[in-house]
Amino acid sequence: MNAPATTAVEALPTVKPDRLPLMLLPVLALVALPLIGSASTWVTLTFAGLAMGMIIFIIASGLTLVFGLMDVLNFGHGVFITLGAFMATSVLGLMTGWTTSTSLLLNLVAVLAAMLVAMSVAGGVGAVFERVIIRPVYGQPLKQILITMGGMIVGEELIKVVWGPQARPLLLPTAFQGSILLGDAAVEKYRLISVVLGLIVFAIMTWVLTHTKVGLLIRAGVHDREMVESLGYRIRRLFIGVFVVGSALAGLGGVMWGLYQQSVIPQLGSQVNVLLFIVIIIGGMGSVTGCFIGAMLVGLLANYTGFLVPKVALFSNILLMVIVLLWRPEGLYPVGKK
Amino acid sequence: MSEPLLQLQGVHTHIGAYHILQGVDLTVPKGELTVLLGRNGAGKTTTLRTIMGLWQVSAGSVTFEGDNIGLMGTPDIAQRGIAYVPENMGIFSDLTVAENMILAARNAKRAEDMDAKRLEWVFGLFPAMKRFWQHPAGLLSGGQKQMLAVARAIVEPRKLLLIDEPSKGLAPAIIQNMITAFQELKRTDTTILLVEQNFNFARQLGDQVAVMDGGQIVHSGAMADLAGDEGLQQRLLGLSLASHQ
Repeated sequence: MNAPATTAVEALPTVKPDRLPLMLLPVLALVALPLIGSASTWVTLTFAGLAMGMIIFIIASGLTLVFGLMDVLNFGHGVFITLGAFMATSVLGLMTGWTTSTSLLLNLVAVLAAMLVAMSVAGGVGAVFERVIIRPVYGQPLKQILITMGGMIVGEELIKVVWGPQARPLLLPTAFQGSILLGDAAVEKYRLISVVLGLIVFAIMTWVLTHTKVGLLIRAGVHDREMVESLGYRIRRLFIGVFVVGSALAGLGGVMWGLYQQSVIPQLGSQVNVLLFIVIIIGGMGSVTGCFIGAMLVGLLANYTGFLVPKVALFSNILLMVIVLLWRPEGLYPVGKK
Repeated sequence: MSEPLLQLQGVHTHIGAYHILQGVDLTVPKGELTVLLGRNGAGKTTTLRTIMGLWQVSAGSVTFEGDNIGLMGTPDIAQRGIAYVPENMGIFSDLTVAENMILAARNAKRAEDMDAKRLEWVFGLFPAMKRFWQHPAGLLSGGQKQMLAVARAIVEPRKLLLIDEPSKGLAPAIIQNMITAFQELKRTDTTILLVEQNFNFARQLGDQVAVMDGGQIVHSGAMADLAGDEGLQQRLLGLSLASHQ
């Protein structure tokens, strides 16, 4: 078979990887250092910020993919966080002997069990939520906002029915309590664990997205779902899968957030929801890498401003979002949707 | 004309309040290249999208290999062996050329899973695809993107290719490449329904031709008859193709 003569342009333009958004993290940390004054306090605050950012990333990553794939704005995402956190109170409540033991292994098993149960229940409820609440309003953004917010309120009330309206303690297992010293800086063990766990989730997610066919389909679907369907793939099945995994990750994030705060309230999800949307808007809706950087920025800034100017901390993240959007109106890593 | 592979009978399509296709009757014979000509807004793209299930048929039937596919979902239609190259090419610009091709090869999880012989044949048609295999598709030129779009459609054998304006916006040299590639494809007896506005491009490739206007087929027959009949051309050109002269 004869090949046609090639007259196409032979060289491609070279485009440097966009690392500017990545630079924001060290820049923010370095700017904060002289303002904070004490290096040990800075280290403590930085780890606290990174831990908070990792937990927010775990929760928000599913939300950004759900939006990217189907343009679905799920304001009910917070209910999976609350559900996960309350499931953890029940599971760890049944394993008090294990969590109060000084054995690291028993502590780990208890926390892992709580996480697995929380993820399974949140994922299962997510599947029902998608079928009953989201599916009837595909392609109708206003209805999506209203009905998912309604779903969130109903979910919150159901959680109150099951676990009661009061705050419930979610104490850290014995081996997770306390701090370790990095030089003069005290860093809570649980924050280190959160950072490591967050990095593991990010690494797994990145690997799945870049090394598997499902990941390829998700990345393609975020860009142009119609073309993915034209290639013979059922994007709705993919979306359901992503929705369930996203809900499960929110459940996992709920457990981590609850342990971070050491108590859980039924309004947890609705409180975190605002942060989640700030993060995915900053990152570029549909972008996992953007979501990761956005979450880290939000976590760091909340901790630095909380220490430096507590009154500003309340709206520092909104301010961050405004600044980022003035710089990049579609977020740090905009997804090139069709 | 050989036996029909695809038949549209009295197909109507509405997009919102607009009645775009108003009773399209079209036959695409097996193993031939049928060109769908017509001015902007005649309904050519809507016809392809309706066949592909991207717009719903309001009335009429779309028959492929004897089965009515008019009410099927797009993935089911694609799985029956119909490939679609949209007007905007549908390239996933954040993915590499290789990843775009892997997606089109439905059973392949990695590049190594693809039919190597077939892939070499595709590279023979579009050498740029081999050269830029690991490059992001978004960096390709317009012509290379069009090549990738067609390469993706043929990376596995398909029964029918629906291709929307492959010459649009391309430089003459690239168009000639594209013509050579389609002529090679024709030698493999692939059935193609090609939407075009460029009559010179169309007449070099078409076995059959259908002309659309106002959401209906206003002429259909052999391309050779249209190409050799100035009167017929004049009548149709006067009707809808004047802008292509």
